[in-house]
Amino acid sequence: MSASESDFASTLECVVARVLPRATSLGGLRRLSGGASQETWSFDAVGANGVTPLILRRAPGGKPIQRSATAVGLPTEARAIRLAAAAGVPVPPIHHVLESEDGLGPGYIMGRVEGETIARKILRDEAFAATRPKLARQCGQILARIHKIDRSTLSELHVVPARAQIDQYRTIYDSYDHPHPVFEVAFKWLERRLPEDPELTLVHGDFRHGNLMIAPDGVRAVLDWELVHVGDPAEDLGWICVNSWRFGETQKVVGGFGDVADLLAGYAEAGGEGMTVERVKFWETFGTLKWGIMCMTMYQAFAQGADRTVERATIGRRSSETEIDLINLLYPKVVQP
Amino acid sequence: MMDQPSALELVTAVREFIEKHAMPELHGRTAFHARVAGNALAIVARELEQGDEANKAEKGRLKALIGVDGTLEELNRELCRRIRSNSIALDDQSLAAHLRETTLAKVAIDQPTYSGFKYSPYRRQT
Repeated sequence: MSASESDFASTLECVVARVLPRATSLGGLRRLSGGASQETWSFDAVGANGVTPLILRRAPGGKPIQRSATAVGLPTEARAIRLAAAAGVPVPPIHHVLESEDGLGPGYIMGRVEGETIARKILRDEAFAATRPKLARQCGQILARIHKIDRSTLSELHVVPARAQIDQYRTIYDSYDHPHPVFEVAFKWLERRLPEDPELTLVHGDFRHGNLMIAPDGVRAVLDWELVHVGDPAEDLGWICVNSWRFGETQKVVGGFGDVADLLAGYAEAGGEGMTVERVKFWETFGTLKWGIMCMTMYQAFAQGADRTVERATIGRRSSETEIDLINLLYPKVVQP
Repeated sequence: MMDQPSALELVTAVREFIEKHAMPELHGRTAFHARVAGNALAIVARELEQGDEANKAEKGRLKALIGVDGTLEELNRELCRRIRSNSIALDDQSLAAHLRETTLAKVAIDQPTYSGFKYSPYRRQT
């Protein structure tokens, strides 16, 4: 452990001792992941009450970052998670939102929930065989609860209904100046079917495999709230239907585990209103286009020199996957009876 | 004329080296990037095998569809411009057929194991 890492560990230990009164030491501290917008650490608080499994999410290196065009700040993320918990959404409990005197930068400490986030295991392992048929309905119920959250205390959220998102991704796509006729068709198709002033709600913004902690008894926690915003609630239902998140189980439209009918049934059961197959398809199509343009963005990180890994380079060749998905969505083959 | 081995044989030799000899010696992030490197070379190999024919077919369809000649990139830019300016209908059957054929040929090179390709109702069964 370097000097700065050992400083970090002792600072974290002080914070934990203050906010969890019976904790006396830290154990098992390890870095889980690092991104441009946050770093994640796993550790245990050890004390008279036993071991409390915890996660720290904070700004990279503890330095406050510029507000990005899409991601919210970590304190906002923590407040959204607390509101979600109060609304009955399964989320990790937030133990502490970091303050400047904590000396760790912006971030928060939350409970570490046990479960599986790896799609291939959730979709293939025997341990989840009895779980999978229930997940689409449960996702619908969870989304209805998220969409009913009173967002009046989160006035800093970006408001991005369909029109604004289409314009945003059109601008990004145009800036790369590489022709994709299929994307052009998708933009036109979407622009002609813009939702007519749906009631805007809180939207999770990245509700898919990887951000859903799942155990054999179902969804344990909805993670990664950094893209939370205000928008058309159908966006969350469409995003989890994007074929890229079905991980090969393409006949099961919802996350590779379920059907849209179950997703909508769960949504209505938990009080979600006015959701239709058409609204979900609009956002599934937009989500597919968005992921295709995100693949172009990741290639740009390679091309511009920001990330010269073979992984960033190769992902550019995955935008054609979204093109075949768009073809399958926009030009459905009429099967002759 | 270049001597043997062909470009295809060379990238295949490097891919086999990565997959059979280098990867078993690697761990963590490096092993992951080695696997991606092998996949990247597999894309290059398929493009060497199928790319010329796919590009030629795409160009032929584009010329027929928009009635002008140019490089493949110029023709694609012109098609994008026409879609954007509503000069071509989205449900134009020649447009639909062109996009379908072109995309199938691209994914056959990029990611032939991708579910959206494997199960596409448009894919010719082989």
